[in-house]
Amino acid sequence: MPASATDQPAPKVFQHRQSAHCESGVISSLLQHEGIPISEAMAFGLSASLSFAYIPLVKINQLPLIAYRMVPRFILNGLKKQLRLPLRFETFREPLDGRRRLDALLDQGRLVGLQSSVFFLPYFPENMRFHFNAHNLIAYGRDGDDYLISDPVFNGPTRCAARDLSRARFVRGALAPKGLIYYFDGPVPRTEIAPLLPGAIRKNCFLMLNVPLPFVGCCGEHLLAHRLRRLPVAKDPEYCRRFVGHIVRMQEEIGTGGAGFRFLYAAFLQEAAALLANPRLTELSLELTAIGDSWRDFALHAARMNKARAAMDTALLADTLAALARRERALFKKLRAAV
Amino acid sequence: MRPDEVPQENAPVLGGVRKLVYVVDSSGHYRAACSGGSEIETSPTEEAVAWFARLAAEARARAARGESSPLEYHMYRLRLDVPTLAAAAGLWQWRVRRHLRPAVFARLSPRLLARYADAMGLTVDQLRTLD
Repeated sequence: MPASATDQPAPKVFQHRQSAHCESGVISSLLQHEGIPISEAMAFGLSASLSFAYIPLVKINQLPLIAYRMVPRFILNGLKKQLRLPLRFETFREPLDGRRRLDALLDQGRLVGLQSSVFFLPYFPENMRFHFNAHNLIAYGRDGDDYLISDPVFNGPTRCAARDLSRARFVRGALAPKGLIYYFDGPVPRTEIAPLLPGAIRKNCFLMLNVPLPFVGCCGEHLLAHRLRRLPVAKDPEYCRRFVGHIVRMQEEIGTGGAGFRFLYAAFLQEAAALLANPRLTELSLELTAIGDSWRDFALHAARMNKARAAMDTALLADTLAALARRERALFKKLRAAV
Repeated sequence: MRPDEVPQENAPVLGGVRKLVYVVDSSGHYRAACSGGSEIETSPTEEAVAWFARLAAEARARAARGESSPLEYHMYRLRLDVPTLAAAAGLWQWRVRRHLRPAVFARLSPRLLARYADAMGLTVDQLRTLD
């Protein structure tokens, strides 16, 4: 038992906080519980998690993977490194071991972050349950056979039966959680945030502008625009409709969505501007907000075409996307010059 | 997005959940707001739900005629497809595809059935029937 668990005067009452994105929300909640004021946007920005990726080789329901942020666990690992957090990860081979370990940690009065599948969590609305295995949530206690759960995507805390949670934690397949749990194993150091910000912003600029892979960052956006232009509209209208719907779904539904991440990063830039006393960052934050609004307009067009409320016009979508890519490239170049 | 642009309709697909979104208030500062889900995000989700529902209905009809195994119906009903089911059960995709044939499915060993049942969160009996 580390000494920190015992020398605290009384166990603090956990307060549920809703967030836009699960991973940044979980780590921000865990930190705020320890008295470290890191907002969700700060967690997202400090770990340099804004991104774009279009990976045609990886299929989801026969459609290519499109992501608007870095891979799962990037936020957790990024913050761990930046803030030197004593964040400990554990995975398990046997569901029973995973459950025992979780129970033991909760009985010590700790908060435990979990990775799980969305599909097997009974408190999710039926229509939101898809096989996405990298959802994050917090367990903050147990009551009989139920776990007390704080899922950052929901308005309030909830409960989950042990059996269901165990199933959700031990699904197999892509991004299998393997019962992953994470918690603070020792006192959390108080780090000055401001000196870390320029590096974090520069890192995100690198990820958007300079990764030498054609499907990542602004290049990835151009690649997707190119793919949109070449969709076989005449030959296979059904596939095109699904493809366009898929872009929107990846953008707006799966984990808050692409425009949502742009707003999150803009909120981070605003916080960074205050901490660094750099008004240039405030201007760029507003510019990124405008870009996020355009992403939403793009999604609205695409959603209407998908629902056949508007004529399918892939050239228009491709042009909009290419324009967005150019604006993001210009923004991140300015951002790099500003810090 | 400004606070007055946050969608307030309660989208059925969200089942009453209100999501958190970041909006810019009149003074230009970011703050959190609750969204009831807008057309942009709900329509593709409905679309994806409907796509699986249609595949499941077709698979069910085929299975009832004996042209396909109940596994195919349950697979689509649980919003899986061949690659995801194969990954979830830890099998090769060609084996899963083969198990969609009724004759092959009928001869499956109890161990393999249990493996599917476990991956899909069903009992073996449920897996054998078109409930």
